[in-house]
Amino acid sequence: MTAATDMSSIPGATPIVRKTPKATFDLVFRNASFAAALLVLVLLAAIMASMVIGGWPAFREFGLGFITSSVWDTQNEQYGAWPAIVGTLSTALIALVIGVPLSLGIAVYLTQLAPAWFKKPVATAIELLAAVPSIIYGMWGLFVFVPLFAAYVQIPLSNIVEGMPIVGTVLYSRSPSGLGIFTAGIILAFMIVPFIASITRDMLEQIPSVLRESAYGIGATTWEVVRHVLVPQAGVSIIGAVMLGLGRALGETMAVTFVVGNANRLSASILDPGSTIASRIANEFNEAMGLQLNALIALGCILFFVTFVVLVIARLLVARVKRY
Amino acid sequence: MTMTTTTRELPRQPWGRVRQSRRTADRMMKIIATGFTFTAIFVLFWILGMLLVKGIGGLSVATFTAVTPGPGTEGGGIANAIVGSFVLTFLGIAIATPIGVLAGTWLAEYGRRSKLANLIRFINDILLSAPSILIGLFVYVILVEPFRGYSGWAGGVALGIIAIPVIVRTTEDMLSLVPGPLREAGAALGAPPSVVITSVTWRAAKAGMVTGILLALARIAGETAPLLFTALNNNFWFSPTLVGGVSNLPVTIYQFASAPYENWQQLAWAGSLIITISILVLSIVARRIVAGSK
Repeated sequence: MTAATDMSSIPGATPIVRKTPKATFDLVFRNASFAAALLVLVLLAAIMASMVIGGWPAFREFGLGFITSSVWDTQNEQYGAWPAIVGTLSTALIALVIGVPLSLGIAVYLTQLAPAWFKKPVATAIELLAAVPSIIYGMWGLFVFVPLFAAYVQIPLSNIVEGMPIVGTVLYSRSPSGLGIFTAGIILAFMIVPFIASITRDMLEQIPSVLRESAYGIGATTWEVVRHVLVPQAGVSIIGAVMLGLGRALGETMAVTFVVGNANRLSASILDPGSTIASRIANEFNEAMGLQLNALIALGCILFFVTFVVLVIARLLVARVKRY
Repeated sequence: MTMTTTTRELPRQPWGRVRQSRRTADRMMKIIATGFTFTAIFVLFWILGMLLVKGIGGLSVATFTAVTPGPGTEGGGIANAIVGSFVLTFLGIAIATPIGVLAGTWLAEYGRRSKLANLIRFINDILLSAPSILIGLFVYVILVEPFRGYSGWAGGVALGIIAIPVIVRTTEDMLSLVPGPLREAGAALGAPPSVVITSVTWRAAKAGMVTGILLALARIAGETAPLLFTALNNNFWFSPTLVGGVSNLPVTIYQFASAPYENWQQLAWAGSLIITISILVLSIVARRIVAGSK
């Protein structure tokens, strides 16, 4: 401003008027931000399209058989997704069975039980579990957890259940190496715990304390408050949080690739090695050519649609929450 | 210790008249919830402890100065992988930051509660949790296959796509916390919307927006799966054009950890330690900024 005054006081100089930014900048800024927002939509559509187009040759070649067949034969170019689909679903299911109670326990502890000064460090520690890269979980799994699991769980368990009907099949491992579907499920459980726990905690915290107090007022114990007041209140969002965890578990790649055993066949035992869609893609992609490449992208396409459906349901159930 | 004596000892406790079974259930729940929490914390410290024990042995000057060794050779370091990771991560953030900030701004300032904004918000949340391996496949299909080769650019784009939804989300959240009167004051002075946003709203939400970018940085720094099919890896310094494989820490760790050479495994541990510590520090710093700005 002073500069403008000085300039105008110089004889012959044209006075500089302080201009408001041009209307064009306003328009450009608005449109640029709109374009960026639209890009988010375009991205999802493009991912979807690229998966369908990239996987199309495999779908065309094998039809529905691609999903139902269990053959994965690179020599004869025969590909079926069934073992990988079953592996993906069973690791994710095991992860939920272990991870959900853990997460709910943590959420209850953080909101109802922990002393005030202790809440923050514990919450941070739980959230840091989510910051650990998945490849580190994989290495921890492979080098630390797997040997312990083989020696102290798999071998003793196999000795106990051997010969029993059903249990003897499902829990018996032919080669107790520690690697397998169940191991992958356990590692995944710890990976999804921070997500489910922190969303559930937020949901529990949003419940008006009047509800809690009135329950305590009529003499309910903490457990009864959790069971009869908090869980029914936050129920739908907790299911959403669990679905969100499921979405993570279905697509998790590196940790699973390390510990799942990467076997291309189906086994009736959850302690035997298997593979998931993501682990198979990670393992074979760089050596794949031609139809195998298409088959792997087609696997990705299946994974995309399964996780998409799961995540859509999850997001509908969990109205926007603050965590990520 | 029997329950009856406890009751007698503490007659004035609110517990006094609570039926035994209810009390047991309550106590069980408390023990289980506490136990679960400590189990999760124990696993965190178990992983960190393992990284320290196994990683520190692999750290030496060579780790930070020498390039990755070939199979079965002694010595070497992971200097090229560390630098490559930096380049890819910052390329990703450089792509994601303008897009993410602008998209978040549109959602918070222009779109608000419109149907389109709600849809974009929803899709962004889906992208936020989409499996990262699919992003890798997508970039392979659009950038690697057509150009016939892995490249640092493809890696950077893949990481950028993963970072975008994180930045969109935090930017929007932080901007919506900025009080409306601040904007009105700007508008009353005659500033057009773009100026109000850039010099009033953004400035007010700066700390939170930086946090979002740091969180995105932490998120992509350890990503491995999307790099497997985009930047891949090699044992040399990357070429300045970023064409061809670019060595990076996560893929190096993946390849070295699963290889049978002791030297490689040692380097994988050292790399894991470096990457995990950096990410944890980043996350904690981001958290601090949010806590400080509130």
